[in-house]
Amino acid sequence: MRAPERIQALAAFVIKEMRHILRDRQTLTILLLLPLAQVVLFGFAIRTDVNDIRLAIVDAAPDDATLALRARFTGNGRFRIVATAATVDVLEPLFRRGEADVALVIAPGLARALADGTPARLQLITDASNPNTGTTMQTYAGAVIRTWQAALPGARQGVTIEPQVRMLFNPTLESVNLFVPGLIALVLTLVTAQMTAISLSREKERGTLEILLVSPLRPWQIILGKVAPYLLLAFANVVTALVAAWVVFRVPFRGSLLLLLAASTLYALVGLALGVLIAARTESQRTAMMGSMIGTMLPSTLLSGMIFPIASLPWPLQLVSNIVPARWFIVIVRGIMLKGAGVVHLWQELLVLTVMFTVLLAVAIRSFRARLA
Amino acid sequence: MTLAIEVRDLTRRFGSFTAVDSISVDVAVGEVFGFLGANGAGKTTAIKVLIGLLAPSSGSARVAGFDVLTQSEEVRKRIGYMSQRFSLYDDLTPRENITLYGGIYGLADAEIRARGDAMLNDLGIMHVADKLVSTLPLGWKQKLSFSVAMLHRPDVVFLDEPTGGVDPVTRRQFWEMIYAAAARGTTVFVTTHYMDEAEYCDRLSIMVDGRIAAMGTPAALKAEFGVSSIDEVFVRLARPATATAG
Repeated sequence: MRAPERIQALAAFVIKEMRHILRDRQTLTILLLLPLAQVVLFGFAIRTDVNDIRLAIVDAAPDDATLALRARFTGNGRFRIVATAATVDVLEPLFRRGEADVALVIAPGLARALADGTPARLQLITDASNPNTGTTMQTYAGAVIRTWQAALPGARQGVTIEPQVRMLFNPTLESVNLFVPGLIALVLTLVTAQMTAISLSREKERGTLEILLVSPLRPWQIILGKVAPYLLLAFANVVTALVAAWVVFRVPFRGSLLLLLAASTLYALVGLALGVLIAARTESQRTAMMGSMIGTMLPSTLLSGMIFPIASLPWPLQLVSNIVPARWFIVIVRGIMLKGAGVVHLWQELLVLTVMFTVLLAVAIRSFRARLA
Repeated sequence: MTLAIEVRDLTRRFGSFTAVDSISVDVAVGEVFGFLGANGAGKTTAIKVLIGLLAPSSGSARVAGFDVLTQSEEVRKRIGYMSQRFSLYDDLTPRENITLYGGIYGLADAEIRARGDAMLNDLGIMHVADKLVSTLPLGWKQKLSFSVAMLHRPDVVFLDEPTGGVDPVTRRQFWEMIYAAAARGTTVFVTTHYMDEAEYCDRLSIMVDGRIAAMGTPAALKAEFGVSSIDEVFVRLARPATATAG
């Protein structure tokens, strides 16, 4: 077959794939809206906790100053005061029962200390058992205290805030900013690996793949024709997720959009190769779906650092996380979006993904050919 | 006699199991060759080797003048294939299916349109050309499927149980299409479980346990076994096999 005919054959195949995708309106709608829904849902799931911070106040000797400080918290919409007590003894049971998120401990004699200009001590205790929200809550409480302090008459800066995180599960900052890169990875994994695996195994199950393999189409044309439309869809998803993250949560975007799209394409290719491989090794759509669920979606969620920081995983899982493409991709996206990192900083991760893609593609094409052996 | 299919001592093993055991078959150009055998006799494996989906373990096979193992690309251009599972895309229309296969086989757009229109007219389904294939009755689908397999005018067409599940009238029409294709010079290699269909073939072979137990024209086979129908020939040959295979 001459080159123009090869391209024509490939084009005919891609058009067919597009028709499959466009005709299945329900799946298409879900796939297109998925990034939007995920960003909004995940984002708000984190945010709602932070909007309703349950505060316990320990005020041993109430005076004008302590009441003014307490009023600051009452007036702030984010805090709900769940307990006011005179001693710190009440805090332990409150935290243990999960009835308070943050505790403010005011040392006795605050008004006098402020009047004398002697150091006054405030202690903030935060329950960081949910690492995603702990730091954020502490930051908010600190901000309220600073506002109160700034409004004090004169330049009385003698107040020391002593932050104390009660359960130090995860000291790193985890917030919606860190979540969005993970969501992009998740959506891309779904659209590329899972959808390719399903669509290819459907051809296998229905017997149409045999017809294609008997035709002059070569394995690479079938694979390329299969994945090209999903690559387009993946692109649309990345852009949707970015726009949603910015519009709804003002997640910053500091780096190069071009680099991000290039990295996303690379990651999408890894996912597509993985999808082809899964389809080649499974016999039915159902198995392919389960296979891609366990083989791609679960590790992309749990072992990628998206939800649980890699460093907090047990070491065998840390080792396994190295072969999860999403782990590397999330580092890239976080680097680009939040730190404005460039290729210089991210070349290692990009290299890892490139190697993964090459290996997976080679194995995928081999498994395709294996049918002929 | 020019040969469309030339099989020499072809064997295909899966591990220790020999699915196709040293078979040799010659099929002449323009012949309608029936490839019979009980379920599990090795027909589908043999067809898969001939169309290049499986490599032979030993022996050789030439289809349309080319070796299936070393010249598979040349073979693929010259053959059509209709599997026992339905070969068209359900979520595409007949016309879209035609466009797809025409494109894959490198036909020009104008050619695809002309042949497609002619085909849809011949089948009398022009009025559903733009309806989804999934909405068509099975008989129409099967006939369309065969026509699409013939779209690029292959030298040899392989039909693996093409008439499974269709009504007798449609089966008859289907066989008329097969004869028409053979009359245009296409060699037809067909498997079936309907013994009346076997009678329509120019020649046939009956496979038992991976081997070809009998081969010849329907009349010669019936004479050889002294029976009045291919059905009886088949049952005689297949019965000992089922007894030993359990």
